[in-house]
Amino acid sequence: MNKYIPIAAVAVILLAGCAPTATDSTTTLVLVTHDSFALSEGTLEKFTEQTGIEVQVQAGGDAGELANKLVLTKDSPLGDVVFGIDNTFASRVVDAGVLTEYVSGDVTDAESKYLLPDGSGGGYLTPIDSGDVCVNVDHEWFTAAGLEEPATLDDLLKPEYKDLLVVEAANSSSPGLAFLLTTIAAYGDGEWQQYWQGLLDNGAKIDASWSDAYYVDFSGPSSEGDRPLVVSYASSPPFEPAGATGALLDTCFTQTEYAGVIAGTEHEKQAQQLVDFLFSPTVQNDIPENMYVYPVNSKATLPDGWDQYPVAEKPYVIDPAEIDANREEWLAAWSAIAQP
Amino acid sequence: MAGGVVGYRAALAAAAIVPLVFVGIFFAWPVATMVGLGFADGLGGFAEVFARPRTGRIIALTVGQAGLATVICVALGLPIAHVLYRLRFRGQRLLRALIIVPFVLPTVVVGIAFRTLFRGTPLDSSFAAILLALVFFNVAVVVRTVGSSWESLDPRQEEAAAALGASPARVFATVTMRRLLPSVVSAASVVFLFCSTAFGVVLVLGGTQFGTIETEIWLLTTQFLDLRAASVLSVTQLVVVVVLLAVAARSRGRSLAQKRAARPRPIRRTDAPAVILTILTATALMAPLATLLLRSLEVDGALSLHNYAALATTGTRNALAVPVWVALGNSLATAATATVTAVTVGLLASILLSRTPRSPWARRALEVIDGTLMLPLGVSAVTVGFGFLIALNTPPFDLRSSSVLVPIAQALVALPLVVRATLPALRSVDSRMRESAAVLGASPLRVIATIDLALVRRPILAATGFAFAVALGEFGATTFLSRADRPTLPVVIYRLIGVPGGDNFGMALAASVVLAAVTVAVIALVERLHDSAVGAF
Repeated sequence: MNKYIPIAAVAVILLAGCAPTATDSTTTLVLVTHDSFALSEGTLEKFTEQTGIEVQVQAGGDAGELANKLVLTKDSPLGDVVFGIDNTFASRVVDAGVLTEYVSGDVTDAESKYLLPDGSGGGYLTPIDSGDVCVNVDHEWFTAAGLEEPATLDDLLKPEYKDLLVVEAANSSSPGLAFLLTTIAAYGDGEWQQYWQGLLDNGAKIDASWSDAYYVDFSGPSSEGDRPLVVSYASSPPFEPAGATGALLDTCFTQTEYAGVIAGTEHEKQAQQLVDFLFSPTVQNDIPENMYVYPVNSKATLPDGWDQYPVAEKPYVIDPAEIDANREEWLAAWSAIAQP
Repeated sequence: MAGGVVGYRAALAAAAIVPLVFVGIFFAWPVATMVGLGFADGLGGFAEVFARPRTGRIIALTVGQAGLATVICVALGLPIAHVLYRLRFRGQRLLRALIIVPFVLPTVVVGIAFRTLFRGTPLDSSFAAILLALVFFNVAVVVRTVGSSWESLDPRQEEAAAALGASPARVFATVTMRRLLPSVVSAASVVFLFCSTAFGVVLVLGGTQFGTIETEIWLLTTQFLDLRAASVLSVTQLVVVVVLLAVAARSRGRSLAQKRAARPRPIRRTDAPAVILTILTATALMAPLATLLLRSLEVDGALSLHNYAALATTGTRNALAVPVWVALGNSLATAATATVTAVTVGLLASILLSRTPRSPWARRALEVIDGTLMLPLGVSAVTVGFGFLIALNTPPFDLRSSSVLVPIAQALVALPLVVRATLPALRSVDSRMRESAAVLGASPLRVIATIDLALVRRPILAATGFAFAVALGEFGATTFLSRADRPTLPVVIYRLIGVPGGDNFGMALAASVVLAAVTVAVIALVERLHDSAVGAF
């Protein structure tokens, strides 16, 4: 009898593969997303109450991994709907044919500024949330030092701000990449490289990850470091004690996240309903507290306190198609300067 | 008698199938599919990638970094293994458990602990910092692997050599070391594989400036989608690993039969250097942990348990889908499944590999299987993870949305450790004992149960604890595959660290301390079982 144990073990392993998929008549949609995805308990359940459609969330990896996962599994898709494609990866995903054409009909003129241009994902992706990556400043540090705070990218090169800035590496961190794109948008090709040389000459420190820069080197209240300037999110200050830190609004790059219907889904209509739901006030009101970014829907309401923090009026932007075409070249050039 | 032989062969064949099927489906196939994708337009990528000056530097740095870290781990690990497994003193069990803690801590957390320690010193963001961190993570592999085989060495040979006038150093070099060599080589190869594929710690402490093959594959795959170059590097990584394993297999040799286990003895004066080194290393290992503990207990400059109380919540402004305690439950359940899988599959593999068939072909086949089982440690987690997604996509293996992938991925990482921990002991079983038992009428399974399993009880327990710790701390594959509704503790810690403000960072530190404490508790429990098992010998 015992000799069958190994065979039984194989059988168990194989059977484990036949994990429960919905066998009854209700439709289950798989929502593929990145590991920062979060909503309050009960939010997605409201969708099920309204439509009778179940949603299973498949989260994992960062935004880049998510985009590349979808491209690689195009022939046998991971799910029905994707959320979390940002403007730096949008054109790669759309060009690879991962998505089927659909933009929520609920998007109005008020949100049209978030829509992607044709050829860079336009027609395929519905904007869901948006957040700026900006240089954050420790107000208390500058008050104590009796030094005026910098305001612009140019200011960061001034000798009085030597050794005060910490940034993330553009090739291992998403805010790091956003800050590189800020400088590329601000100075243009040929000039941004000099700007970075200037930053490094002025003592800018480069960390591998956001948590490393923010918690180890930044001097803010929840940090231990000695540098009062850090590349972080415009939504970081609302999470610190009131008035302790702020964002420099002339140094911002907007990251917008989108949702789309994955090509090859057997439930296209239901998938479109889920995209509409993600854009609806139910989800939009829930986004700031869970994902620390701003909802795009003009009908959404912000949590208390968020309106006290100004947002950038004219953040820097680069066409997603241009980002995708140049990403590798830009990162190689940046790496040659910053990580010789 | 003839029927017994046939039955024995059938049992061995069955034992061979399980590990091969497991590694074949969950490792070889996904990796081959992923690498194959990069070579869809031919092998031209090799010339192009090797022409880049960066490539040579990356390979040299990977091998140099892993090689140096391995040498340091062995140099520190041997004396510590002696102190913790051959000597007897109070608090020994606790120390054995503590030494494994670094191994299971999430790299993000350790990275922050190290950076906090090093900030402002020349060590910050240096090559030396990476080396120190690699040693911090891996010295336990040497201590435990070598220690558990050292404690079952028959001490009479040393006693005889000493009685004949050999100095302690000579006894160690000519008698002890010769018999320990198989486990030292085993441990060193595991450490080298871990170090050469280290990812998070290299990135956090050195940034992409100290790019290794592993960080480069990650960059090429997840950021650039340059599968051609990624596949070239994956193959390069595979070649480095295979060469290493071949060298290791050659120098590992086979150990001799053991007839009597050692009794630990009290500390003597001649142990002083080893004891001092153990104290120093243990202190150095504890420094980052102490930083972690202190910071977790500090709220606004005062001592407080606030961060621990917050573990029952989902964090400031709902940072998490589930409270931290629920994530701990998920972690324990997943790790238990992974451990059972890894120990079952690993033990079957070890029993098979410990045989000495007469045919040279069969021996060669066993060597190949032996090497293959080690590969999961030496191949990039990114390649395996993406391979899972593109290979395991047709029924009955469409596991991509199933929650079994996480324990399977964890078991894959733990499997080589189980094999390396149990194989040297199984090989040292005198085959004449098996033959005698068979002649006396014992069935093949009875032989395995009463001889093999009984003799390797200690290494099995050690391997179980280790496998559990590895599964508990596994982060890379878990975050890539895990379902949002069932996050594990390391995934939750990572998320808490990634979200600014409020209690979240403090909670992440507290959760790391809890992860460490649970690990110590589990390992200490295994050690207890281990001690009571001695009586059954």
